[in-house]
Amino acid sequence: MTLARAVRWAAPYLLILPVVAIVVAILGYPLYHLARLSFQKYGLFELIAHHGTSVGWANYRSVLHDQIFWHVLVRTIVFTVANVGLTMGIGTLLALLLTKVSSFVRVLLTAGLVLAWSIPPVVAVQVWLWMTDRENGVLNYTLTRLHVGNYFQHDWYATPFSQLSLTTSLIVWGAIPFVVVTVYAGLTQVPTEIVEAAEIDGARPWRIFWDVTVPIIKPIFLILTSLSIIWDFAVFTQPFLLIGQPAINTSNELMGIYLFEEGYLKTDFGRGAAISILMLLIVAVLSIVYVRKMVRAGDEAQ
Amino acid sequence: MRARKRRTRFIWDAIGLLTFVVIAFPVYWMIASAFKPDEELNSLTPTWFSLHPTLSHFRDAINRPFFWDGVKNSLIVVSVTVALSMVCAFLAAIALAKFRFTGRKLFIVLIIGIQMLPQAGLIIPLYVVLARYHQVNALSGVIVTYMTFVLPFSVWMLRGFLLGIPKELEEAAMVDGSSRVGSFTRILLPLVAPGLVATSIFAFITTWNEYIFARVLLNDQAKQTATVWLSYFTGTSRNTDWGGLMAGSTLIAIPVIVFFLIVQRKIAFGLTTGAVRG
Repeated sequence: MTLARAVRWAAPYLLILPVVAIVVAILGYPLYHLARLSFQKYGLFELIAHHGTSVGWANYRSVLHDQIFWHVLVRTIVFTVANVGLTMGIGTLLALLLTKVSSFVRVLLTAGLVLAWSIPPVVAVQVWLWMTDRENGVLNYTLTRLHVGNYFQHDWYATPFSQLSLTTSLIVWGAIPFVVVTVYAGLTQVPTEIVEAAEIDGARPWRIFWDVTVPIIKPIFLILTSLSIIWDFAVFTQPFLLIGQPAINTSNELMGIYLFEEGYLKTDFGRGAAISILMLLIVAVLSIVYVRKMVRAGDEAQ
Repeated sequence: MRARKRRTRFIWDAIGLLTFVVIAFPVYWMIASAFKPDEELNSLTPTWFSLHPTLSHFRDAINRPFFWDGVKNSLIVVSVTVALSMVCAFLAAIALAKFRFTGRKLFIVLIIGIQMLPQAGLIIPLYVVLARYHQVNALSGVIVTYMTFVLPFSVWMLRGFLLGIPKELEEAAMVDGSSRVGSFTRILLPLVAPGLVATSIFAFITTWNEYIFARVLLNDQAKQTATVWLSYFTGTSRNTDWGGLMAGSTLIAIPVIVFFLIVQRKIAFGLTTGAVRG
């Protein structure tokens, strides 16, 4: 009997052991190493020798005194706000639109969203490059034909603003489907009786939306927003490939790319580690809302 | 009143159709361009629907150097990552869904916290640590890296599916005299199989699509995965082979599109069960 109890006590720990072991070894250890690296001079020579030299806070001082770091930080914050705002705004509007259209259009629109959702980011970048090609791109042709302006041979990669706007369009296109599907799932949970009762009472549609619908989808909305902030703040693949590595410089870098260039490409791993730590701290602050909500949800179960 | 309602419905439908066109267009354009002859691709006036489709771009794409290497490497990385992750994640999900134990909350924090780590921030430590153990330029290094990304959401999704199974079914099996392990294999496993398939496919897609770590950890072109192969397609030449690029893009996107269509509803379910209940 005592053996059975011991087994019962140990079972959950044995079950989670593989996951915990892998995560600690492949993530925990590197994170510990990251903290150490950020206080070391660690370049190509040290990488081969497997040994860094301690330099105290020098890496952090160098990053925080770097004008470029602050420019990149401000640019990344503005970029994140724009991307998250557009993703959540358009996503919510489309979820509301799904509740208004006939079922045929709903199925069609959902299929389109799933299609966009499923395209790998690296593939989407190539399609964007082709659509925005200067000579034969369909975008310049269409905009000119629709009389939006003269876009004949317009170069979309001429200014940092234009480059980053294109990146935003790519990211928002890829991120919207997840938001629409999740918010729509939340909207379908709004009890129709309450809405009907409010309608009979003569409440205006806007008022019903604000007082009935919004409180119900608010938790979903919060989680989606914090997830989007985390993803967009550290985004790498899309800007890196769309702007293209040769064209990346201090005028269009975002935090994820700055980190890659300074740390990996310049093989100054110590300084790169300091930037990583700073970025992780910023994201940690941003994501507290999400983690707390999810942990509460997970704790409720059983 | 009714006529007005019908008219507003018509307006919403029109907006919906227009949105569909805008959202689906890039995917259509990729596939359509892949089949177009070069004259149509290099014309200043785009051809919306080609009447002379050709397979030559697909032939060019698969005959380019390292295409098959990329596909082979991707398939190895994906299948090993998914297989190992599902076994580990399923065990942990059972612990979360069916047991109460000290440290449970800590484990949940760990699982969710990892998903909040921006991957870009992990490039440097993972590169340095894997280099120390000679796992740079080896598929095994990429596989263990991917496992750490796949495991957290897999545990979380599988936990959701396990919770969806009525407790009564399991208890009924226990009353019948079967052991806990017996009730698990005969009752729980068949019920959770669809969830396991959905989670595996989601893991497949995440791994297949990954770019940064494959790019950083694999330097040898023969070792690179399919997405890295695609990112090097344009190269440094000024004249891009758009037809070939779109054909290559289509080939790499197709497995993901197919799998996505299969599991789309389950993914939304798995991700939101936690959220909606909270």
